[in-house]
Amino acid sequence: MGELRLMKGNEVIAEAAIRCGCDGYFGYPITPQSEVMETLMTLRPWESTGMVVLQAESEIASIHMVYGAAGAGKRVMTSSSSPGISLMAEGISYIAGAELPCVIVNVQRGGPGLGTIQPSQADYNQATKGGGHGDYSLLVLAPASVQEMHDFVILGFELAFKFRNPVMILADGVIGQLMEKVELIDQRPRWTNEQILEISGEWATLGKPSGRKKNIITSLELDSYMMEKNNLRLQSKYSQMKAEEVRYEAIACEDADYILVAFGSAARICQKTVQIARKKGVKVGLIRPITLFPFPEKIIAEYATKVKGFLSVEFNAGQMVNDIRLAVNGKTRVEYFGRMGGIVPTPDEVETALEQRF
Amino acid sequence: MSVLTDRINEIIKPENLVYAKSPLLNDDLMHYCPGCSHGVVHRLIAEVIEEMGIQEQTIGVSPVGCAVFAYNYIDIDWQEAAHGRAPAVATGIKRVMPEKYVFSYQGDGDLAAIGTAETFHAVNRGENIVMIFINNAIYGMTGGQMAPTTLVGQITSTTPHGRDVDLNGYPLRITELLAQLPGAAYVTRQSVQTPGAVRKTKKAIRKAFEIQAKKIGTAFVEVVSTCSSGWKLSPVDSNKWMEENMFPQYPLGDLKDTGRADAELYRIKAK
Repeated sequence: MGELRLMKGNEVIAEAAIRCGCDGYFGYPITPQSEVMETLMTLRPWESTGMVVLQAESEIASIHMVYGAAGAGKRVMTSSSSPGISLMAEGISYIAGAELPCVIVNVQRGGPGLGTIQPSQADYNQATKGGGHGDYSLLVLAPASVQEMHDFVILGFELAFKFRNPVMILADGVIGQLMEKVELIDQRPRWTNEQILEISGEWATLGKPSGRKKNIITSLELDSYMMEKNNLRLQSKYSQMKAEEVRYEAIACEDADYILVAFGSAARICQKTVQIARKKGVKVGLIRPITLFPFPEKIIAEYATKVKGFLSVEFNAGQMVNDIRLAVNGKTRVEYFGRMGGIVPTPDEVETALEQRF
Repeated sequence: MSVLTDRINEIIKPENLVYAKSPLLNDDLMHYCPGCSHGVVHRLIAEVIEEMGIQEQTIGVSPVGCAVFAYNYIDIDWQEAAHGRAPAVATGIKRVMPEKYVFSYQGDGDLAAIGTAETFHAVNRGENIVMIFINNAIYGMTGGQMAPTTLVGQITSTTPHGRDVDLNGYPLRITELLAQLPGAAYVTRQSVQTPGAVRKTKKAIRKAFEIQAKKIGTAFVEVVSTCSSGWKLSPVDSNKWMEENMFPQYPLGDLKDTGRADAELYRIKAK
């Protein structure tokens, strides 16, 4: 059993980063996730593990610092909230294009524009469809608890290095600000230079010894046939993610007539809705996608032939509902219920919406 | 014929060798236009890295612009940055590998327009990196558009009637501004149009790399450069145009050589 603590979601991101041996964090303050960098600066990991923490001049600079440090084979990360992630889109595209590993945390707030600082899930499309220019995908993890904020930092780095691809932890203001019990992993050492050489020496900018070809980190390729080849390689990587990394939780789905689909804090609310509905005698289940990309389309397709309908519950105008419809492919009804602008619906509201729509 | 070959072979002997290309500079044909300053500056960087024996410890950051392919020519590890972001990328590399030598290489559009924020803040933090700045007062790669350093009256494809201050503002002397920042250790402006100027620039680049080893702040080397294709002048006329027009606006010489400022000068009196 690891150390147990009562912590905020944002604080736990910082704590997990240090404990899993992260090499660097580059960020810029933005509500509702500023506690990530504040916690790191308070803990001063550069004195304990040697982890670098730097407050950059902008989200743009932060993500390009991540790009540089990731190019050196280090385990590095950043965190931000919706408008900041928009600014990072350029750098995220470069990181995906150059095939570098890193972890990016988005503690979503309401938009568009400056929007609001209250919780939202309105960046679902941005996160799962790339978000920047070009054909690329992030591996997107959606935590629904403070414990998962912790666990996904560790898992995020594992997946980032497995695929040499940026991993996004798509949280929201609720999970970022929520205080819950969390079990922390014991401190792990940062990778040594020898380990980095072994893991990433083939591509990382570690300094070129005589006898090996120079390593060049770039996303540029002017030969269109080579560029297409690079894109095909990226696409095969995303196919591999779809085959190997789909994660979801299915609650009370076996006998369900209706299935709610919700991620993050919306799934927490829907868990209660399942109980309320079942007390009333309505057989309701819940599928909680944990990976938003790759999306758990197979399990949804399987239930599509068994249930009377799906209700997608989101803190946005209906984004994930489109992915559910693609998975269901017309075999049953798919409806949406959500609130926007920072409003978090109650379990009863969801239950009422379910009754109204079906 | 054989007499001539014999005489040539008699000359080609190690004891007669006055110059050899740095082995760090490969034999690939450079994509730069005739008369362009990039090739010379590339050579100087390669020579400095070779002479200091730091090939295995040096990482270059190339920009977006004509020098995007700098990584094709110098035999070290490289990372290619997004437009203007080279100082941030170099910061990321240097912060996680402080024992390495890291340098960025940028043109005027990259460093002084789209990347102004990254440039200023890297220098203001006193990042222990070398920044090489090629100022040829024009966007080369995209086809000769106005740069922040384009001179008033200078014709470019986006100032076809000459740069007009009412429309476009003034040429940006960013190097003078950077020299004001307390994080800057060494700020200099050089050129490479004559053998003498080339020697001075090489000295400046060497000094910049040596400052990086001392970790006393950012070392910044501007090279006032030519762009014969963009300026639509011959290489010889480009050098003349640069001396007549660029040098009065961008005077050569050291702007700062003190190391970064003493933090005590900026500290609050009491908590």
